[in-house]
Amino acid sequence: MDLQYFIELLFGGLTRGSIYALIALGYTLVYGIIGLINFAHGEIYMVGAFTALLVAGWLGYIGFPAGGILLVAALAAVAWTAAYGFTLEKVAYKPLRSAPRLSPLISAIGMSIFLQNYVLLAQTSDFVPFPDLVPEMPFLASLGDVMGPTDFLILVVSCTTMLVLVFWIRYTRTGKAMRATAQNRKMAMLLGINADSLISVTFIVGSALAALGGVLIASHMGQINFNIGFLAGMKAFTAAVLGGIGSVPGAVVGGLVLGIAESMTTGYLSGNYEDVLSFCLLILILIFRPDGILGKKQVQKV
Amino acid sequence: MEAVLEVKDLIQDFGGLRALNEVDLTINKKEIVALIGPNGAGKTTFFNCITGIYTPTSGTMFLRTPDGAAHALNGMKTHQITALGMARTFQNIRLFPEMTVLENVMIGRHCHTKAGILQALLRDRATVAEEQDTVDRSYALLETVHLAEYWDETAKNLPYGAQRRLEIARAMATEPCLLLLDEPAAGMNPQETLELKRLILSLRETHDLAVLLIEHDMSMVMSLSDRIYVMQYGSPIASGTPEEISKNPEVIKAYLGESGNA
Amino acid sequence: MQRIFKALVAALWFMVLCAPIMGLLLLPDGTASFRWQRLAVLGTGIFFASLLWQWYFEKKERGERLFGGKAQAEEPVHRESLLRNKSFQRISLACVCAFMIAMPFIPGINSIYQITIWISALIYVMLALGLNIIVGLAGQLVLGYAAFYAIGAYTYGLLYQFFGLGFWVCLPIAGIVTVLCGLALGFPVLRLRGDYLAIVTLGFGEIVRLVLINWDSVTNGARGVSGIPRPALFGCPMNMQWSTTYLYYMSFLAVVVTIVVITRLKNSRVGLALQAMREDEIASEAMGINLTQVKLTAFALSSAWAGFAGVLFAAKTSFINPSSFTFWESAMMLSMVVLGGMGSILGVTLGALILVLAPEYLRAFADYRMLLFGATMVVMMIFRPQGLVTGERRHYRISALERKGD
Repeated sequence: MDLQYFIELLFGGLTRGSIYALIALGYTLVYGIIGLINFAHGEIYMVGAFTALLVAGWLGYIGFPAGGILLVAALAAVAWTAAYGFTLEKVAYKPLRSAPRLSPLISAIGMSIFLQNYVLLAQTSDFVPFPDLVPEMPFLASLGDVMGPTDFLILVVSCTTMLVLVFWIRYTRTGKAMRATAQNRKMAMLLGINADSLISVTFIVGSALAALGGVLIASHMGQINFNIGFLAGMKAFTAAVLGGIGSVPGAVVGGLVLGIAESMTTGYLSGNYEDVLSFCLLILILIFRPDGILGKKQVQKV
Repeated sequence: MEAVLEVKDLIQDFGGLRALNEVDLTINKKEIVALIGPNGAGKTTFFNCITGIYTPTSGTMFLRTPDGAAHALNGMKTHQITALGMARTFQNIRLFPEMTVLENVMIGRHCHTKAGILQALLRDRATVAEEQDTVDRSYALLETVHLAEYWDETAKNLPYGAQRRLEIARAMATEPCLLLLDEPAAGMNPQETLELKRLILSLRETHDLAVLLIEHDMSMVMSLSDRIYVMQYGSPIASGTPEEISKNPEVIKAYLGESGNA
Repeated sequence: MQRIFKALVAALWFMVLCAPIMGLLLLPDGTASFRWQRLAVLGTGIFFASLLWQWYFEKKERGERLFGGKAQAEEPVHRESLLRNKSFQRISLACVCAFMIAMPFIPGINSIYQITIWISALIYVMLALGLNIIVGLAGQLVLGYAAFYAIGAYTYGLLYQFFGLGFWVCLPIAGIVTVLCGLALGFPVLRLRGDYLAIVTLGFGEIVRLVLINWDSVTNGARGVSGIPRPALFGCPMNMQWSTTYLYYMSFLAVVVTIVVITRLKNSRVGLALQAMREDEIASEAMGINLTQVKLTAFALSSAWAGFAGVLFAAKTSFINPSSFTFWESAMMLSMVVLGGMGSILGVTLGALILVLAPEYLRAFADYRMLLFGATMVVMMIFRPQGLVTGERRHYRISALERKGD
């Protein structure tokens, strides 16, 4: 009985953690390339969830076959959100590429506020129910409470995506260029890598992952509002820092660890302080081990 | 001769890399000493060690203040070492770019002034007097480096050579007995280098100053310094007067490479 | 021609980009409608914005100033601007003070409602100036400033609720409590870089808010603390109009004190050290500045100001709850500092007044307030990162030059 409860919590944590990992990847990729904490990333994820909701609603209205709605809505969300990420970089960060460190950070905070209120004004400030589109999966019935169809979907989709991403970064031309740029931007540019388009690609990929996370968590939670990006963004950022910001496997590990830790606290202690836990964790890591679990130590240049 | 700075067996490891290997170095009072060596020999690392920016792995460092007391620098913070009497400039100029030229020098007076928050808010007579004293002394230092006319200009607007001189003035404001200059002539034209040389020599006379400089301009090093230390791969390979160094076969090898490989 | 084409592409891009979120509207009955008009307006707006954008960046690339001619490589050494003109300063300062003092008696704008708006504007000026110490002068990006504001407000609220302590006793206590909290936060984060510091302080702000919500037995949770009294004037009973006016004068006095204190601080030895630290930490340490001490001083002073402002706020609203101290408050205070010009006292004061009063008096924009804040922060960073007011420099008297002049 106790063991089963533990396993339930473990899987709940894994589900949650894999979403954090998806969003954390966006932070980590962008940080790796341009050394900027993309504060608006949480909002990108929120925009993804909203786009999926709206497209799904519209598809339902025009009588699209129910089985395909989730897939099409998810694809639309990924496409549109990637476009948002691309535009965000071009408008708010690119003009500040050579500005002092604080400028892009403040611009990012501004963008985050802007995007939240854009969705608030264009849509609504209330929570909106997210339609239940995940098909029944009879083969999960034997697992009982351990894993529902949504959890299963989340785990499968996020694991596949992350594997694809890791392979993409490791073996493709663009992936190699990204790793080279992350290590030394000047040198990479001298060797003919187009930093502008590479940064755009990074934002597009990061945003697409966040959108996927948005669709998945929206179908898991069942409702969304304009404010969900803030908390999710903070937690994903915690995950990224936990694993070592700038490191792709680090983001995945960090996400899973954070998800499980949260799920265990909620299960064994109390749900009230679940968010306090992740914020405390974030602060403690930043203070005592700012390079994270898998990050490399940086020596300050004088 | 009294040693101002005495460094013995200084070792600095970064992970598996030994950046400094048993460096011994002594600087006497009013002496100008140059530290030369190929790029990556550990010269700037040595500066960072003795100024407390890095914590050395092992070794001892002593600074003798004008009152004759010797202070162990190990474990001291950078600002404490500066207050004792060791000031430095940086290889890649680190001024306070948005502040005025005068304010840059005034910052150097920080450790010789006392006004705290309470005095700042009350502005009693002593505080105002201390402030005016800081302003006037700083202005006088600007005159010695020929920057007085730019005193109200923003530091980042100064030309390159003037920025290097301002860095020296700022360091001098801390009233050092030992001045560390990290490539002071880098990027200067011959005329400016000549003026810099004169400036260093006159500062030594007027302030009883010992100078340790890292420099790649060999003609400047040879004509300015009393003694020279040569470093390679973190180890000192030779030391002596400019004449001795220019004839030392080890040094020639380090700079020109093995004759067999050339 | 090419520019117009580019602008058209941008307009079309944004119309497609915003199509789902701005265009689609799901109705409760399961139907959906599409709002074409909005997209058309957006497209037109983007078209012109894009033209402006291109014009600006082309000009910038050619190294020209925004208005009039080429930028000069070196500015003249002694610049005479209106801001440095002593008599102009005095006259305008006198005018502003006269207006502020007469304000509660000017017919037409002296309703309780109006005065209350001005009180909150003054409280925000205090907050923005306090934040300016740590962000503008010391260069430490703090994103959780509302936490100190909350701690100040709750100190008064809770001390009144549990011990019946009054305003004047709570003011210094709140100052001490927030200084301690500022040090408690400041000490561990001493070594953190700019963006990490921003995140840690943001986290701290959220933790404080979450604790206020969840620690039900003490803070009364989300319902907050109510019935907090206004400050008394020698025990005289006052009606609503008079007590509001009294609070207004107190806030005004507090702002005047704040401005004097911060001006003096900025121009002092400690202030110079703070600014040096903002410019270059390593160089300032090498110049003999004790970074630990200076940074903690900045944290302590800055948080103390938020604490004082918090007590005033609690007295003004007489009711406080955690939702007044969200991340958005911190972000708004930060945008005041950024808009006004980091480090500039006049600029930050103006920034705070503009950001509080503009939405109040331009009711049409009230809904768009946060949207505009966000956009302003981005636009300011791109086009005028130094803020509204710049070049605020201290005038030094140099004895050697004065002797020469005689």
